[in-house]
Amino acid sequence: MSIDNATHAYGVAEETAGGRVGRHWPEEHGLRAWVTTVDHKRIGRRYLVTAAVFFALAGLDATALRTQLITPNGELLTPEAYNQLFTLHGTAMIFLFATPMSFGFGNFLLPLMLGTRDMAFPRLNAFTYWVFTFAGVILFASLLFGRAPNGGWFAYVPLTGPKYQPGINMDVYSLGLLFLGVSTTSGSINFIATALKLRAPGMTLNRVPIFVWALVVTAFLLIFALPPLNTANAMLFLDRRFGTRFFQPEAGGDVVLWQHLFWLFGHPDVYIIVLPALGIVSAIIPVFSRRPIMAYPLLVLAMVAVGIISFGVWVHHMFAVGLPQLSLTFFSAASMIVTVPSGIQMFAWLGTMLTGRVVLGVPMLWAMGFLVVFVTGGVTGVMFGIVPFDQQVTDSYFVVAHFHYVLFGGAVFPLIGGVFYWWPKMTGRLTGVRGGRWSFWLVFAGFNLTFFPMHISGLLGMPRRVYTYPGGLDWDLWNLLSSLGAYLLLAGLLVTLGTFAHSLWKGGQAPPDPWGGETLEWATASPPHPYNFPVIPTVHSVHPLWDQGSLDSFAEGARSRDRVLAEGHELLVTSELDAEPEVALEMPEHTPVPFVTAVSLFLAVLGLLLGVYVLAVAAGVVAVLVIGRWLWPRWSRREAGHAPGEKARETAEQDAAAEREAEKKTEKAGEKGAGA
Amino acid sequence: MTATGEWVPIRPVGPAPPHGKPPSGRTPAWWGMVLFITTEATIFACLLGSYFYIRFSTAGPWPPGGIKDPELSKPLIMTVLLLSSSGPMVWADLAVRRGRTAQLRAGLASTLALGAAFLGLQATEYATKLGEFVWSTNVYGSLFYVITGFHGLHVIVGLVMLVFATIAALAGKLGSRHHERVRLVAFYWHFVDAVWITILFTIYLSPHL
Repeated sequence: MSIDNATHAYGVAEETAGGRVGRHWPEEHGLRAWVTTVDHKRIGRRYLVTAAVFFALAGLDATALRTQLITPNGELLTPEAYNQLFTLHGTAMIFLFATPMSFGFGNFLLPLMLGTRDMAFPRLNAFTYWVFTFAGVILFASLLFGRAPNGGWFAYVPLTGPKYQPGINMDVYSLGLLFLGVSTTSGSINFIATALKLRAPGMTLNRVPIFVWALVVTAFLLIFALPPLNTANAMLFLDRRFGTRFFQPEAGGDVVLWQHLFWLFGHPDVYIIVLPALGIVSAIIPVFSRRPIMAYPLLVLAMVAVGIISFGVWVHHMFAVGLPQLSLTFFSAASMIVTVPSGIQMFAWLGTMLTGRVVLGVPMLWAMGFLVVFVTGGVTGVMFGIVPFDQQVTDSYFVVAHFHYVLFGGAVFPLIGGVFYWWPKMTGRLTGVRGGRWSFWLVFAGFNLTFFPMHISGLLGMPRRVYTYPGGLDWDLWNLLSSLGAYLLLAGLLVTLGTFAHSLWKGGQAPPDPWGGETLEWATASPPHPYNFPVIPTVHSVHPLWDQGSLDSFAEGARSRDRVLAEGHELLVTSELDAEPEVALEMPEHTPVPFVTAVSLFLAVLGLLLGVYVLAVAAGVVAVLVIGRWLWPRWSRREAGHAPGEKARETAEQDAAAEREAEKKTEKAGEKGAGA
Repeated sequence: MTATGEWVPIRPVGPAPPHGKPPSGRTPAWWGMVLFITTEATIFACLLGSYFYIRFSTAGPWPPGGIKDPELSKPLIMTVLLLSSSGPMVWADLAVRRGRTAQLRAGLASTLALGAAFLGLQATEYATKLGEFVWSTNVYGSLFYVITGFHGLHVIVGLVMLVFATIAALAGKLGSRHHERVRLVAFYWHFVDAVWITILFTIYLSPHL
């Protein structure tokens, strides 16, 4: 009997192997389990919820800003409050929402798409989540004390230096981001190691789902892009707190150094935010066009190329600084090159839709909305690549319009689309189609009404970051429209939230594969069991659930000890390029160690921030000791039971005892016989 | 808590390879350490890049503010100490794979001693330098102390790792079946050594050029 779809494949695997495997992957409940879990699915969901909360908070910030600007001479916010709100809005959206939200998808999906049972480093994964949350708490809590960062999200010196910003505000920024960097770096390493080593057998590099590629490229970007940011922030903190002179021209320091370091991170960061979202789009479009994605190798190469080129264009953020003409020309040309791989991706998506049969499901609406908005943002991006144009509109609302089209269009639309797409897998519930449509169209309309007029107010000369403006400059109408758009956008996002809440409350039960998906996550339960796959499948193509060989492998594998791995809390390690099976690996289970490590680092950062250095040192020492405990070598259960010497001796003793027993019996029998 | 927390291959799966040995691919932990070192190396690249950026955008003499060119004798001795410490580290790594625990302990202890001697010399160097300039004197002072200090911090982290490995070795937790931690500590230690060469060139040698 051949298996005809993903639901069937999952059903067969679950029936034959689910019970055996499930014994070693218990479902944990209660508060203790909540703190100690290392299950990538729970951590991923938690990441998504936490990032969404930060999104809501940063969005409410922006609503306050737009309310202030709805009319000239607005008086809702003081200049100081306005500075803190716009800085926190940008910082939180970039660092606490966009990347963590992608990481949430990555955490949840990577092992599912790769056909494995957990991330490569499950405890590091839990640690990553806790550090992210604590860093977010530091940044947002500062607002409660009126001490939130106030120097803009890119924190240019000398404005943010000790001379002009004596308060603690920018220390919150630099330390908060350094702390968050620990989380993001660990997460990136975890993603790469997982994608390299834990792919299902047969998933060679040319069969890896595009979303996974996107996330791996993102993780590599972070490995190389976070160091400049961390270096700059460490220097800023030392300048501000301990009197170093990196950014102080009177002592030989250089303020442009900050800009170079910041944008050496900042430009790749655009792709760090956008690439995972492009990966989501590449997952949604083929499923809703009912055909495999077009030009898979080109699409992957384009992503890698964008990642590499993104390190060579950072100066286009600095065209108005006064750098030498030659470097402007070079970076202008380099920036233009980015359009080539971006264009390849765009045409691959359009081609897939053109040659497929498009199903206008709710996730597809968001993906198509993304195409429109992102291309608009890309067009203004090309305009910025041209030096004279850039110098005219720099630091105006035109910039604000451009990067919201790129980031809201390029990231938020796909991310929300992704939530709709994988919601059944994450929660086991279906979402209402009517609610989904309303939410999309309201957000789409609200978004354009908010940000399109900013192009015009920017061209009319309105500078960004002003807390108010006088009437009679022809800016009134555009600001009014933007602010009304912001309320419409807010309404749309509330409808989105309502749709999800309604689904949790009364949504229908989701089958394993509600969309007819192509990647492996749809051949698991909705929501998946702790072990994800009762049988590790063998992958024969880039769309395994649409090909017979991969589907059949769910049943064939159930007969193989190496694909079921029911002897412990185990998963399968495969080779990096060809995904040939190498070894079975026993994985760590739930433990409080990552949480305790994160808490002690949190206390160390708080100590540094508040100037209680004793606390910082003490908490740092505790963290080192806990990490020592974390990494302490222990023998696995299997080895403990089968220690070579011991086991042999035991067996020998048992055998000897059995022999003696047998001898005695024969002797007795002989005696009896003799006596009779 | 039931976690054993151990990354130990349990048994090979799939067809046995022709030469009869289990397949020896890289482990996830190997990749984890390599990527960690990559990102750390990038931080050092940023710091050294900042040094040269400021140096070449500074008009007038370098080091500025009447600070003398750095003395070379002590840094060169430190270089010899740190580079030679990689030798016993390699030796310890080979030892643990063959299950020679005494050799492992000796190798780790020698590496520890050489690393600690490096740090001791760096402390005496700081004592001299601090009389001449501090990190708030000017940007050169900031660069000097932050770059060498950041490297020193890495030496300390490396030493903590070595102490950890030594304790594990003394507790009998390392052997021919559990040798990966030694390899990973060795990677980190060699990295700390290699970075020192770039610092030696940048901070100590380049002002003399």
